[in-house]
Amino acid sequence: MNTLLEVNKVVKQYGNYVALNEVSLAVPQGSIYGLLGPNGAGKTSLIRIINQITMPDSGQIILDGEKLQPKHVQYIGYLPEERGLYQSMKVGEQCLYLAQMKGLSKAEAKKQLDYWFDRLGIQGWWNKKIQELSKGMAQKIQFVVCVLHQPKLLIFDEPFSGFDPVNANVIKDEILALKEQGATIIFSTHRMESVEELCDHIALIHKSNKLIEGKLDDVKRQHKTNSFEVGILTDNVEKLMYDITQKFTVSPAHFKSLNNELKLEIQLGNSVPNELLNVLTQRGQLTHFVEKIPTVHDIFIQTVTENKV
Amino acid sequence: MSITTLIIKREFFAKVRNKSFIVMTFLSPLLFVAIAIFVGYLSAAETTVKRVAIHDETGLFVKDFLAQNAEDGAYQYLDYSQIDNQFLKDSIVNNGYEGLLIIPKTTDLEHQIEFVSNASPSVSFIENAQAVIAAKITQLNFEKAHLDTLAIRKAQANVIINIAKTSGEQGVKGLNEAKIAIGGAFGYLIMMFIIIYGNMVMRSVIEEKTNRIVEIIISSVKPFQLMIGKIIGTSLAGILQFSIWVIIGLSLLFLASAFLGVDVGASANVPSELLSQTEYAGTAQLFIKELWNLPIASILISFMVYFIGGYFLYSSFYAAIGAAVDNQTDSQQFLLPVIMPLILSVYVGFFSVVNDPDSTIAVAFSIFPLTSPIVMLMRIPFGVPWWQIAISLTLLFATFLGVVWFAAKIYRVGILMYGKKPSWKELYKWLKY
Repeated sequence: MNTLLEVNKVVKQYGNYVALNEVSLAVPQGSIYGLLGPNGAGKTSLIRIINQITMPDSGQIILDGEKLQPKHVQYIGYLPEERGLYQSMKVGEQCLYLAQMKGLSKAEAKKQLDYWFDRLGIQGWWNKKIQELSKGMAQKIQFVVCVLHQPKLLIFDEPFSGFDPVNANVIKDEILALKEQGATIIFSTHRMESVEELCDHIALIHKSNKLIEGKLDDVKRQHKTNSFEVGILTDNVEKLMYDITQKFTVSPAHFKSLNNELKLEIQLGNSVPNELLNVLTQRGQLTHFVEKIPTVHDIFIQTVTENKV
Repeated sequence: MSITTLIIKREFFAKVRNKSFIVMTFLSPLLFVAIAIFVGYLSAAETTVKRVAIHDETGLFVKDFLAQNAEDGAYQYLDYSQIDNQFLKDSIVNNGYEGLLIIPKTTDLEHQIEFVSNASPSVSFIENAQAVIAAKITQLNFEKAHLDTLAIRKAQANVIINIAKTSGEQGVKGLNEAKIAIGGAFGYLIMMFIIIYGNMVMRSVIEEKTNRIVEIIISSVKPFQLMIGKIIGTSLAGILQFSIWVIIGLSLLFLASAFLGVDVGASANVPSELLSQTEYAGTAQLFIKELWNLPIASILISFMVYFIGGYFLYSSFYAAIGAAVDNQTDSQQFLLPVIMPLILSVYVGFFSVVNDPDSTIAVAFSIFPLTSPIVMLMRIPFGVPWWQIAISLTLLFATFLGVVWFAAKIYRVGILMYGKKPSWKELYKWLKY
């Protein structure tokens, strides 16, 4: 897979504070790339550098094979976390203005606006002022402004904040559709379930350093602990527990089920699953046997707490 | 269309379409005229006739004063030579007289005449009274010496000095008041414009910062472009407003000229003729004539140039301040040092330029870039050597470039800093980012 955006050992300092410490990333073409990290990790600094809002102190950024330069602003669409619009300007006029700033001609901008307004069902808003719209409505306009110029690279910083579940879904579908059309998307959020749902690549930045990067599946594979959730119906719990603890590490598990069975989380260590199955099937009726795959949430919390220093 | 042009256009229309702009543009000239008429009405209403009692023991002068009753409306002289002096002194105040002029029977008339009054008499009144008495005494002296008063009167010469410059340009006496008024008005106007439009720039920066659209915009354009576009766009709105005022003002002046029958075209070229005319012309006519005699074109052009220079300089400060703060209340501590030189220049203008337009202080302040837009403009109606204008304009625009550089640095960092009220120390740190 080609790399659309390459961040190469980028350093950014504000006075004595290091916001980014030699951070390198590779965002593959056509991916949805989750940029994760706790508050103050340096995500916004990095996003601002990619948008050429600020310049890195050292390191470089390659977009589509070229060193990042002013003309690239028209290839990038940016939806900032802290976002707003001119309150007393009319919706249509404002969208035209912002689209023209991205290098679109007035006619082309008009055409694209008609398409998007139609698609999102907001045709009637053209002559409304932003201050007459609700927050969610304004957010939709911002989304349109961000994607209007058909950018190759889209950067969404917390795109779902401020949307109700229905509209969040609309936006999610639009993001997926944009990916289908070939856009590459950098997606920064604290909502891990949406990362799980949308992203195929992730990177985790913590305390100005990149700690994790890769395909979501690979990252998960690296972080799995070879443990299984087990549900079993048995008459002789003591015997069962004795057998298992001989070979494996056991802790109680919590999952939902209809039976009143014994729920366990079992770490296999160096053994293979079949060894565990052999033990279990001898002692009772197996109702639940699932490999425990770490969620992005788990990986996030684990990595951040491990690197507290 | 370049992006900066796009920004300029947006900023211009955002200002011009604003209701308060439209109201301000068309209402303030009306307001100004209304105030002028009101003041004029008040001062006209004030000219109640003041009564002055005369106790002339010589009987030589009272006739000359009474003769003035016919022409002068402001003072009414009454002959009380027959009534006792002490009684008069006691009663004039109670009876609403302005004062009592006592001319005693003495040989030393030149030093013994007294004017008794509790009000402070106007200078022109005293000068007039002195002139009347001196003329009479002179005439009596002539007669005493058996001189032919008729021949003397004939022999008397009346000299008028025409004011001119080395350039050959002719001036008109009595124009100074108009120059002070015009220079002062324009200097003051520039200060108002800088403060009003500078504030507009600042408000607009704060608006973009607080509603966070700035982050979207500077992902497309450089902060510097946004700042310059904003400053230029706002200045165009200011120039439009000023032009509308000039058009309204000139039309009013034309209307007033036509109404009062002043020959506009002739007056500029024939000052001597005008002078003799002005002796008979009414004060309103005189004033309008004087206005036409000012170098209106050069004043308007200098206003534009100094407005643009001064406004650019100051609005860069305003833009930087707007970027540094989160809301208008926080801007006060940074605004004070910006407004100070403006106020200082108006004071210098009104106290120093009016007194002597070429004094060292006036010249120095009209060259120092932070004060030159206002002080120089006040000096221009009096005539300023071209090299001073050249130096002051060069300095003004050079300083502007320096300030823009400095403001852009603060602006660049400031617009992305939310929720902080920076200190001066912090602003200094931003310069080095």
